[in-house]
Amino acid sequence: MTQTHSPSSQVRHGVSTPIVIVGHVDHGKSTLIGRLLYDTDSLPDGRLVQIVESSRKRGLAVEWSFLLDSLQIERDQGVTVDSTRIPFQLDGRDFVIVDAPGHRQFLRNMITGAADAEAAVLVVDAAEGVREQTRRHAMLLRLIGINHVIVLLNKADSIGFDEARLKQVEGDIRQLLGRLEINVNQVIPASARDGDNIATRSEKADWYRGPTLLEALSLIQPPASRHALPFRMPVQDVYRFEGIRYVAGRIERGTVREGDLLEIGGQGQEATVAEVCRWHAPHHPVAGAGESIALRLEPDLVPDRGDLLFPAGDEAAAPLKAARLRTRLFWLRGEPLRVGESFRLRLATAEHDVTVASIDAVVDLDDLSLSPADEVPPDGFAEITLAVARNVLFDPFAPGMPDGRGVLVDRHQKIVGGAPLIGPAALPEGAKAIHPTASGVRDAVRAGLRGHGRAVFWMTGLPGAGKSTIARHAEEALSREGLHVTVLDGDTVRSGLCSDLGFSPEDRRENIRRVAHVARILADAGQIVLVALVSPLIRDRAMAKAIIGEDWHEVFVDTAPELCRRRDPKGLYAQAEEGRIAEFTGVSSAYEAPEKPDVVVPGDGDVARSVRHLTDAVHKVVR
Amino acid sequence: MALEDAHIMDGLDQLEAQSIFILREAYRKLKPLALLWSLGKDSNVMVWLARKAFMGHVPFPVMHVDTGKKFPEMYAFRDEYVKKWNLDLVLGECPPVEDMDPSLPPAARSAARKTAGLANLIDQHKFRGVVAGIRRDEQATRAKERVFSPRGAGHQWDVRNQPPEFWDQYATPYEEGMHVRVHPLLAWRELDIWRYIEREKIPLVDLYFAKDGKRYRSLGDQDITSPIESNASTVAEVIAELETSRTSERAGRAMDHESEDAFERLRVAGYL
Repeated sequence: MTQTHSPSSQVRHGVSTPIVIVGHVDHGKSTLIGRLLYDTDSLPDGRLVQIVESSRKRGLAVEWSFLLDSLQIERDQGVTVDSTRIPFQLDGRDFVIVDAPGHRQFLRNMITGAADAEAAVLVVDAAEGVREQTRRHAMLLRLIGINHVIVLLNKADSIGFDEARLKQVEGDIRQLLGRLEINVNQVIPASARDGDNIATRSEKADWYRGPTLLEALSLIQPPASRHALPFRMPVQDVYRFEGIRYVAGRIERGTVREGDLLEIGGQGQEATVAEVCRWHAPHHPVAGAGESIALRLEPDLVPDRGDLLFPAGDEAAAPLKAARLRTRLFWLRGEPLRVGESFRLRLATAEHDVTVASIDAVVDLDDLSLSPADEVPPDGFAEITLAVARNVLFDPFAPGMPDGRGVLVDRHQKIVGGAPLIGPAALPEGAKAIHPTASGVRDAVRAGLRGHGRAVFWMTGLPGAGKSTIARHAEEALSREGLHVTVLDGDTVRSGLCSDLGFSPEDRRENIRRVAHVARILADAGQIVLVALVSPLIRDRAMAKAIIGEDWHEVFVDTAPELCRRRDPKGLYAQAEEGRIAEFTGVSSAYEAPEKPDVVVPGDGDVARSVRHLTDAVHKVVR
Repeated sequence: MALEDAHIMDGLDQLEAQSIFILREAYRKLKPLALLWSLGKDSNVMVWLARKAFMGHVPFPVMHVDTGKKFPEMYAFRDEYVKKWNLDLVLGECPPVEDMDPSLPPAARSAARKTAGLANLIDQHKFRGVVAGIRRDEQATRAKERVFSPRGAGHQWDVRNQPPEFWDQYATPYEEGMHVRVHPLLAWRELDIWRYIEREKIPLVDLYFAKDGKRYRSLGDQDITSPIESNASTVAEVIAELETSRTSERAGRAMDHESEDAFERLRVAGYL
């Protein structure tokens, strides 16, 4: 007998099974959904009237897909722009249909809808066969971890339910899904429009012995219980109410009971569960996967959000630990992903600073082959390696499980990609002998010592824009206030650390790389770093940003080119114009101004004003 | 040792756990946060879930945007439960209906007042997160919503350019002047709400229960909501009625019938 936790939950109500319908545009997804709702008698009266009305207004026969395209704007364009959820019942079992659009630019909407689904119906036009979006959607089903896939060979009436041709298409699809390691539940020849093999067996395909779509749906096994797995709870938050501290979170797998000894995060701290707390529910000493609960710990430790709680002292029940992570990636940003870029990796409630260490392979959607590439295109799929400053605790990604669901966000907290964690990554050749160590001094401790936060202000601008002058004045002003400031300026660096470098694009890039690393080290020590460097190329600055990470602030010293030329403090413009200096930025090589600098310091007015602009920005960041 | 097993979660348990997770995310990530308390059944469930999430407390204000046209029973209910549930109530007023877009049909214009009142309240308190009790099954436009739905400055909802949302990772505001609408009940259906009310014994305004053969299924302003024919006078009877009903919940809301796009226009402008 199972213990119930609330006054009247003896009546168990149905758990919905979410299913997502995917497939190439015009292969008949919306029609299928309309048909499903009609065949399962799931249309509310109001909706039915709406559809008939809408169809009539537009002078069309009753169009089932209008049910889904419920936004005016969509109807006018005749496409679905976002995912929609519609419940239906089958033999007393609740399903929720998630409709996902087929247009590739709406990939993120499809993921939004499909990520929670337990099963997918992949709709393929029987005459057209596998198309680009069929492959794309199949790839996504794998990466978001869908357990069950049913293939519907739709519009089979258009080829007269011809057995040989349908078997051919089935073979293609099974091969495609097999390569993606997706298990196919069934492949069903059907016609959604006419209802063949949807709810009722079609007489037109008497050779077909398998289930109808509705039968196939009712065969979907509910997800296996996650109770038997080792316990995991990522800390979501810590509260203190009426003098009691609660460690809140949702159990991702396993169970926890009062008296259990747990390890907290990766630091080896341990505590015992003193109480499993719930509000307005009878006390029960055990909680299991899926429950949002609160724990009282003994001793009364204060974990951080993101700390993973797991069974202590049991190697076999512990999560993996790694600082280099192999991930599959679905990339959602409008611009390509490149090596060296930095992000936050969200993993359940944890967040880690990560850098893309390598792009190991990019998927070619024409044949699903993997090939090396320098970048991942928008909406692309790839395998990449992420480098993390500290060890990450994780369980590898698996279909139907909450484990290893990494998500990349940019510095504006925008989600830019999904990165299911596959496992730890080996160090690349040549880097094997190097073992970087992370400092044990916490940022907050350093900030406490210094009395202020750390930051790198990367000042870019034309030669003669006033970068070094402004940086040096700001250094004086900030130092007078007791702030710890270091200036790294181009000429000074080039006289020592980088005296072996010239001004070729390669050498400039190397110069920037070294300066960025020095700035990183200084910032780690708690310093405010002002870098004054022409750094003309967006690409090179992106590299510097990747090295420096979160502390990076881009400052554009904005001075009119004519003024820089007129100032020419070092006589360089004059020499460049005479052709005596090759590749001089602003004369013979390009300067790419930042597109969205964090700070713009006007460089053509009076110096004191420019300096104030910069010091104000510094104050905002480090105070 | 059956008594020590973790119990198997049913559908309501799963919805409850997910809503608690969402509320805790909102409280952690969006400060200051407030919850919209319309006094209706859904927003009462939401307050209840917040108390579940925070061990009996609601650690942020609840907002009531007062149109001045609610039923007297609703005001009485509000005053009673502000005390009983120890809520930090923030009241907002609505501008007169004459100030609203005259191209909107009458009932939608009335709803637009609430939108304007809400916008003022959010701006005044600089809320970065607003918890609202909408559900996907209520209305087609609401089915398009995200759990965390960012609103630009001016409270615009950019339906066609919503952030991706998956694996329980939610968008948080990234620009000055933005706020996020948080929807912990998005996945609930009308029946789930009633079954949860029954299970948890959550109090409601009496207007939901039949008197003289009529009851309200959905509560808006007095002048734009009409009751349905019903003899359901208890929670259990309402559940029984809904289990066989096939008309949509907002059928009694006048504005939903005025024009196909009035609702969409309202939502884009910040209506719930």
